[in-house]
Amino acid sequence: MKLRPYGDTLADGKVQLSFTLPCDPDATGIEAAKQLAKAMGMIDPGVVQAEKIGEGFGFFIVYGSVPFAIDTDKIKVEDVATPTLSREEIESLIEKELGRDVVFVGASTGTDAHTVGIDAIMNMKGFAGHYGLERYKHVKAYNLGSQVANEEFVRQARRLQADVLLVSQTVTQKDIHLRNLTNLVELLEAEKLRDQVILIAGGARITHELAKELGYDAGFGPKKYAEDVASFAVLELIERKKSVK
Amino acid sequence: MNKLNLDQNVIATCRQLAMGIADDIHEFIHKHTTVSVERTVCRLLGVDGVDRFGVPIPNLIVDDIKDRGDLSRGVSVYLAAGLKATGMDLKALVKAYLQGEVQLGSDPLPSIKETLGILEPYYAATLKQIKDNRGERENRKQKYGQKPTEIYVIVATGNIHEDVIQAKAAAKAGADIIAVIRSTGQSLLDYVPYGITTEGFGGTYATQANFRLMRAALDEVAEAENRYISLVNYASGLCMPEIAAMAALERLDILLNDSMYGIIFRDINMQRTFIDQYFSRLINAYAGIIINTGEDNYLTTSDAVEEAHTVLASQFINEAFALKAHLPEQLMGLGHAFEIDPAVEDSFLLEIAQAEMAREIFPTAPLKYMPPTKHINGNIFRAYQQNTMFNLATTFTDQSIHLLGMMTEAIHTPFIADRYLAIENAKLVQRAAKSMREEICFKPGGIIESRAKSVLAKAAELLESVRKIGLFQALENGVFAGVKRPFKGGKGLEGVIAKHPQYLNVISARMEAELL
Ligand code: B12
Repeated sequence: MKLRPYGDTLADGKVQLSFTLPCDPDATGIEAAKQLAKAMGMIDPGVVQAEKIGEGFGFFIVYGSVPFAIDTDKIKVEDVATPTLSREEIESLIEKELGRDVVFVGASTGTDAHTVGIDAIMNMKGFAGHYGLERYKHVKAYNLGSQVANEEFVRQARRLQADVLLVSQTVTQKDIHLRNLTNLVELLEAEKLRDQVILIAGGARITHELAKELGYDAGFGPKKYAEDVASFAVLELIERKKSVK
Repeated sequence: MNKLNLDQNVIATCRQLAMGIADDIHEFIHKHTTVSVERTVCRLLGVDGVDRFGVPIPNLIVDDIKDRGDLSRGVSVYLAAGLKATGMDLKALVKAYLQGEVQLGSDPLPSIKETLGILEPYYAATLKQIKDNRGERENRKQKYGQKPTEIYVIVATGNIHEDVIQAKAAAKAGADIIAVIRSTGQSLLDYVPYGITTEGFGGTYATQANFRLMRAALDEVAEAENRYISLVNYASGLCMPEIAAMAALERLDILLNDSMYGIIFRDINMQRTFIDQYFSRLINAYAGIIINTGEDNYLTTSDAVEEAHTVLASQFINEAFALKAHLPEQLMGLGHAFEIDPAVEDSFLLEIAQAEMAREIFPTAPLKYMPPTKHINGNIFRAYQQNTMFNLATTFTDQSIHLLGMMTEAIHTPFIADRYLAIENAKLVQRAAKSMREEICFKPGGIIESRAKSVLAKAAELLESVRKIGLFQALENGVFAGVKRPFKGGKGLEGVIAKHPQYLNVISARMEAELL
């Protein structure tokens, strides 16, 4: 199927856009905004509002349409391929296929102090009506909290004999999360632990695709809960167990 | 004003309980000092700068005395001993110390009285500078006049030069208060970075040089706009009192300075935090800096409907600690927030109840009201709507420090246009609802009145139970924000030292004497 934006008529291609330019919103500023929109591929852009937002700064709101169409048949989305099972299904899979407890060790790492995300996945109470890993039978969930240095995280992973590592990253300004996530992979490799764990990243700005790129086994963003993570991890553990045999 | 018909006896009981709670902790506070308290003393005697490895000189001195001397006596006597033994002035002494020509900690220690005399020229000079700054602030505020509700926005680019550009733009657009948010990780540094900084994450490092740059920039816009523009930073983390000292020297106007935030949200040891918060608040009292407390944060991890009473209880506790540090009510920017899930029916009425209740219980405090953050998602248009409602609650309940919500809250630290749109939103509401407060009263026994009554009653209950077990134990049990912290856990405990009977802190001695 070919897709174009929908304003009030199918395929009219209407889009809206707003941005700031470091110039006054005078005639030149407005023209600059218009040309910028054209350079982005908009046809007939209209600057519907231009406001001065401080000395030498203008804010512009632009409407226009785009000529492009996207062919959805050609889209390939990188997402976690495993299905999401229920808590009961996961518990019985662990019991039948693994026959032992699965150890999850999680933290909000580096200088990140946000815990609500990792707590949502791990704590008993869970989030938005989805129970966390602590509530699961045959799961040992260790939530190390926030601001955990990667070195410390790796040390704990070894001590607790983690099967699954859960890393949460919320602050992304200046790409701090990329540096921190990459550093963890390097540490795990240096410690020869990388292949012995399932490594999972999560956070508001984390996608599966990004996590894979950084050398993680999976990534989970908003609207993902304990059962999504546990399904992936347990199925992957079973898979790995089989391939060892 | 008593629009909510609150029971004044319950309020008085809460105050009494909170003071009892703070009294207990103060027994502990007065028996201890910390490395950051001692570094602050160095700073307020005029010791500043870093060595060739970039280590701040106050850290060098205090660590040295901790290793080789007896820090339980305080750094003051050691500095006085060095001055006495060498006959140098402090500047020369520090220089010789850095070059390894003199050692601190090996000279015989002078008496308390003698120490006060030897150090007098140094602390008298910095304390005078702080008082002058206070006077300067008062003069300027008088000259420009002040609004009852001030618009507060943050800048957080990581680069102080970029922050300056954005702060000036925000002030021109109508902001009265500019906060420079700190970089992630700074609260856990046991030293204050030095000099102008251009790289931070989620915020910009708090350094004295950065303070000075921003202060000058804001004074410049203030002149052009004919409005005082206040500058805010964070006296939290492991260097609370040092930041307060730097802020006092650079005429900052407001500091985030909660008595428990570090414990709950940064896992900083509770003993360390309570000792540090006292000295930092004492400095703020002396400098006329408004403190802001962090109760609003509780609602980011706990539910705003269920746990509203923890916010109020904590406000009472923060008030008690502030009083103990000689802060008058005019400097107590107690915090609270508009964080109820908008999916809840009548959530706006519950927000009004909470905000009005805070206003009535703390009538002269410059309350800091925080916008919705937790229930903001990537739908910036919905966020703008939520912020409009928050702005209406602010104007209607006459809050003092109005921290604006950003439509991009769930996405990034604010862009320049986000801030502008937020300011426009607030100004529009302020204008449109200017006299609403005088016009509207609440239905007796209605949703708003009943809600405030029940939150107050629950806060009293909570304070009662905290009073029984003590605040240390309450924090171990996780009463605030649902976060449990062990008495001996967290960061910074190694920097806590029991005071010697001959302990002396020349700065607090002098400040306490003057503020009493
Ligand atoms: C609550 C909050 C706080 C609280 C945190 C309390 C706590 N204990 O966590 C407090 C007030 C302390 C706080 C502080 C700061 N915050 Co904050 N905070 C938020 C806020 C409002 C909500 C975040 C949240 O709790 N979301 C709810 C959870 C459940 O969502 P989530 O994390 O996405 O988690 C879900 C998924 O992503 C996933 N998930 C998450 N982690 C993981 C991990 C794994 C392994 C898996 C599988 C899944 C998974 O599962 C969860 C459920 O679906 C956001 C704004 C917003 N509305 O998003 C800002 C925000 C995240 N904070 C921000 C900033 C900058 C900070 C500070 C750095 C500010 C400062 N300079 O002081 C400080 C942190 C200092 C530090 N050292 O980190 C910015 C980040 C900007 C960016 N993109 O870089 C935001 C976006 C606000 C903003 N616009 O400026 N913050």
